[in-house]
Amino acid sequence: MRRVPWSGLAVLAAFVIVWEAWARTRGELAAFFPPASRVLATLWQLLASGELAEHTLATLRRFAQGYALAAVLSVGAGLCLGLWRPLYNLLEPLIELLRPMPSPATIPIAILFLGIGDEMKVAVTVYACSWPILLNTIDGVRSVDRVLFATAATFRLTSWARFWKVVLPAASPQIVTGLRVSLAIALILVVTSEMVVSNDGLGYYVLESQRTFQMPQMYAAVVALGIIGYVLNRLFLALDSWAMAWHKGLTRREDL
Amino acid sequence: MLEVRGLRKEFQPLSGPPVIAIGDVSFRVEARRFVSIVGPSGCGKSTLLQCVAGLMRPTAGTVLLEGQEVTGPPEGLILLFQEYNKSLMAWRSVLANVRFGLENRRGMTASERDDEARHYIDLVGLGGFERHYPWELSGGMQQRVAIARALACKPRVLLMDEPFGSLDALTRFDLEDTLLRLWASLGSTILFVTHDIEEAVYLSDRVYVLSRRPSRMLADTAIELPRPRNQLTSREDPRFIKLRHQTFEMISKEMTQA
Repeated sequence: MRRVPWSGLAVLAAFVIVWEAWARTRGELAAFFPPASRVLATLWQLLASGELAEHTLATLRRFAQGYALAAVLSVGAGLCLGLWRPLYNLLEPLIELLRPMPSPATIPIAILFLGIGDEMKVAVTVYACSWPILLNTIDGVRSVDRVLFATAATFRLTSWARFWKVVLPAASPQIVTGLRVSLAIALILVVTSEMVVSNDGLGYYVLESQRTFQMPQMYAAVVALGIIGYVLNRLFLALDSWAMAWHKGLTRREDL
Repeated sequence: MLEVRGLRKEFQPLSGPPVIAIGDVSFRVEARRFVSIVGPSGCGKSTLLQCVAGLMRPTAGTVLLEGQEVTGPPEGLILLFQEYNKSLMAWRSVLANVRFGLENRRGMTASERDDEARHYIDLVGLGGFERHYPWELSGGMQQRVAIARALACKPRVLLMDEPFGSLDALTRFDLEDTLLRLWASLGSTILFVTHDIEEAVYLSDRVYVLSRRPSRMLADTAIELPRPRNQLTSREDPRFIKLRHQTFEMISKEMTQA
């Protein structure tokens, strides 16, 4: 049974109250800074009318496609690069050059090659999400203890069995770390690409509302994005603590 | 049945001449015997076991198991490590760890594998801990899991690399006796590496003493103590004390020469 984080909730409530009071007492801000109550009421209306659902689904669809594709490709590539040193040496300079580049900079290039549709948005999301997953997977595979490899050898595991039964599970905590970092990155890139060019999605909706002076709608969509990010992270953590229970137990033990 | 002939192992450091870990070592281990190797630290004991286990190629010389040259990890031979916490799979329960070695055996159903694994868990005295994870157990219990995992494969030869080196004295005595009991009933050949002279004398039929690096065989001592051995009476036996004395003298002379 987890404790209810009362003090944290109190700070959150205080934040909403300050927002509400500030927006109400400063009349000159009314045009672009509606009070919290109005934003939440608008959010409720948009949800009830289904107006937001369409945009939310478009954003979530792109997010899911991009994230899933990045996970599969990068875990696969990371395992190969981690296990096969010559391949890593060959690609390391390229990786180190591309990795620090801010990912949104790829959007204009992606538009040139893939147009302005979903392919472009999914592609930039895959690109941006791949780095943390790739590098964590490589590192996870590299840090598998040599005693485990020797154990696999003395039990005469085939290289396939060694991969499935030893390398992959031993590297999994770090792979999961990479997946978690990329979760937030995926949402950022989907929304950014929707802001650059789109006719649906929450990123498009936020920018469009701002341009047409529908401030409560804009804030409502921003709040909705915040909630989506929070829920996705929570879901991930729940999955993580179930699948990686052994690792949590192990590390808690080592902290003692 | 296990024979090492003229084994030599050199390592090439990043710069400088090669380091000779093992100079020239030959010995035999008869079937179903318990043989220990002792020597000053850094004498290449672990390297020797890795070569016997087929995990490392010697620079020269051969390892023969039942007349067959060892070129890779041979069937029917398991190496057990000192680092039980690294060798056990933290993501597998005790049962799944012990089952590990049985999983590539054909002609066994999943429930037969589990039953077999349970049998060995009981043998090492861990009945009731099947569903625990290794990291939930003490060091001595973890090494018991590793022993059960090795024995479940029914190895004809079990190589043990300082298996009790990181355990406290009482746990070590307890595990020594468990090992002797299992060895007597299962009939494996055991080649046991340790830096603990008393442990080697207590457990073994025969103790080989290695010199410091580059190692060669200094002595081959038959341990003529009655079995079953007992932590109190065997260790108080005048023959035990004499054997310990001789071996200790030999090794300390080696170390002072260094």
